[in-house]
Amino acid sequence: MPTVHVFARDHINTDEIIPARHLTTDVESELAKYAMEDYDKDFVRRVKPGDIIVAGADFGCGSSREHAVWALRGAGVAAVIAPNFARIFYRNAINNGFLALECENVVETFMDGDPAELDLTGGTITNLRTGQTLHFVPVPQFALDVQKAGGWLEYMREQDRQQSGQPQQEEQHA
Amino acid sequence: MGMTIAEKILAAHSGHDQVVPGQLIECTTDWVLCHEITTPAALRMLEERGMDRVFDPQKIVAVPDHSVPAMNIKAAKMYQKLKSWVQEKGIRHFYDVGRGGIAHVVLENTGLIKPGQTLVSGDSHTCNAGALGCFATGVGSTDLAGAIYAGKVWFKVPETMLIRVTGELQPGVTPKDLVLEVIRRIGADGANYLVMEWVGDTIERMDMEGRFTLTNMAIEAGGKTGIVAVDDTTRAYMAARGVTPDQYTEYTSDPDARYKVVIDLDASKVEPTVAYPHIPSNGRVAGQDRIPITHAYVGSCTNGRIGDLRDVARILKGRRVADGVQMIVVPATQAIWKQAAQEGLLEIFVEAGASVSYPSCGACLGMHSGVLGPGDVCISSSNRNFVGRMGDPSAQIYLASPATVAASAVAGYISDPREYNPQGQGTEAAD
Ligand code: SF4
Repeated sequence: MPTVHVFARDHINTDEIIPARHLTTDVESELAKYAMEDYDKDFVRRVKPGDIIVAGADFGCGSSREHAVWALRGAGVAAVIAPNFARIFYRNAINNGFLALECENVVETFMDGDPAELDLTGGTITNLRTGQTLHFVPVPQFALDVQKAGGWLEYMREQDRQQSGQPQQEEQHA
Repeated sequence: MGMTIAEKILAAHSGHDQVVPGQLIECTTDWVLCHEITTPAALRMLEERGMDRVFDPQKIVAVPDHSVPAMNIKAAKMYQKLKSWVQEKGIRHFYDVGRGGIAHVVLENTGLIKPGQTLVSGDSHTCNAGALGCFATGVGSTDLAGAIYAGKVWFKVPETMLIRVTGELQPGVTPKDLVLEVIRRIGADGANYLVMEWVGDTIERMDMEGRFTLTNMAIEAGGKTGIVAVDDTTRAYMAARGVTPDQYTEYTSDPDARYKVVIDLDASKVEPTVAYPHIPSNGRVAGQDRIPITHAYVGSCTNGRIGDLRDVARILKGRRVADGVQMIVVPATQAIWKQAAQEGLLEIFVEAGASVSYPSCGACLGMHSGVLGPGDVCISSSNRNFVGRMGDPSAQIYLASPATVAASAVAGYISDPREYNPQGQGTEAAD
């Protein structure tokens, strides 16, 4: 069962999500060690795979570093839910098949540590402690397709295969 | 429903008759511009996924510019990575050190990028090319990789901000002052996610170089890109590069196109503007405070063009850079360097005690060839004055036009270029 981590402040920037001093690597498992470091040093010790971040507006503002998305995903975060996002973070999230869900009143509806259920097809998130359900802005089909493929590059590779009529191949790993 | 230029270009590149702001589209890119800092990361992403291919080697323009000539071994390796990729994939439009310069300025002069086209690059100042009436924007590593691989990028169709500028710029006031004034008014995120479309008689009279300065700085207001409609000035510029109108598409905004915001500006009221530390929107009138400087930098993709160098030469001619001020002048490309040499401008700079450097981004982003030390105060014709942008975090960066940089270098403190007879008129009050 995913646990919700609430970061209630607006304008949480990419420096807080992954400080510049850690940008000497782009290995996700390395970056993961420092996720949210300048906002909440203990976050990486509490987070479990599949957990959800609930945050204030304009999440991910600041520099364009894609490392912000990689660090969160590497730490196991399945989705960030906020009233809205800075545009480059939002773009990078989609490109990486990472869920950035826009939802009003989400900060008020959850307390840190609440268990939650995310229904992507139904477009809802439910607080299992209170039973309250919120609807998020539907994820564009395109973004869902990208997410399903595993990211924008994988999505394009898939499109290519379909066009050239090749059978689907085993995922290649680096 | 009417569409803006940007909407029309995006529609034409995504197989739609009509697009509306907010719509997600997959867009084809006519050009991908690659430099040695962000391209290697994108190439690695492709290699790791077994996607190491190039959508069309004829449509990629590669220009090493940030760390060249290689400032250290790490930079040399990034340069090597770009170069070996170019050779391996048969990418013909490669402007090597000695034949290129700052990528955006090299590209605008090639005649390759044309009105009505789309361009992406892993560099935020890609918006520069929008002055040609095309849609050009900077993207992240994954987007760059995707563009290299498939010639495609997705966009959420942006809304447009209309900036209407009328009237004559005063002598000594330049397009740089105009764009700094606009950013001062709307703020450093005033155009977040918006296209900044420039119109009005001031823009119609402006040469291409000035228009590039305007669209180049769209990103300093958070903009997706800047854009100027094609007119006779654009056509003549393209013709001089061997490109005729039948080779490109001209788009104009419909009379009923929808704009999110309209900004009106009287050009005659714009003063020489200096953006104080540490944000480009922090504009004040040049010379209002007496701020001593240690460095003066003329260069960058915003203001390293021949007209900029002429502005500087007019002020430096017969004068000396003040003692205690280090001035460097960096022509943006090899071609501009040569032109400046032929016109005798480089000699004027050297006579005045300025250092003339080779084309590179170097000092603009504090990478090499003019890095600022603790407490240095620099007046710069570049585009960003963030903490640490040009070197030590305690250095202070003031952004201004090349003319203001030159006047300040001579005075030793930030000065109004109008007091330095920049247009060959009036008195030489402050000499
Ligand atoms: S000159 Fe400066 S702003 Fe322009 S591309 Fe180079 S580093 Fe970026």
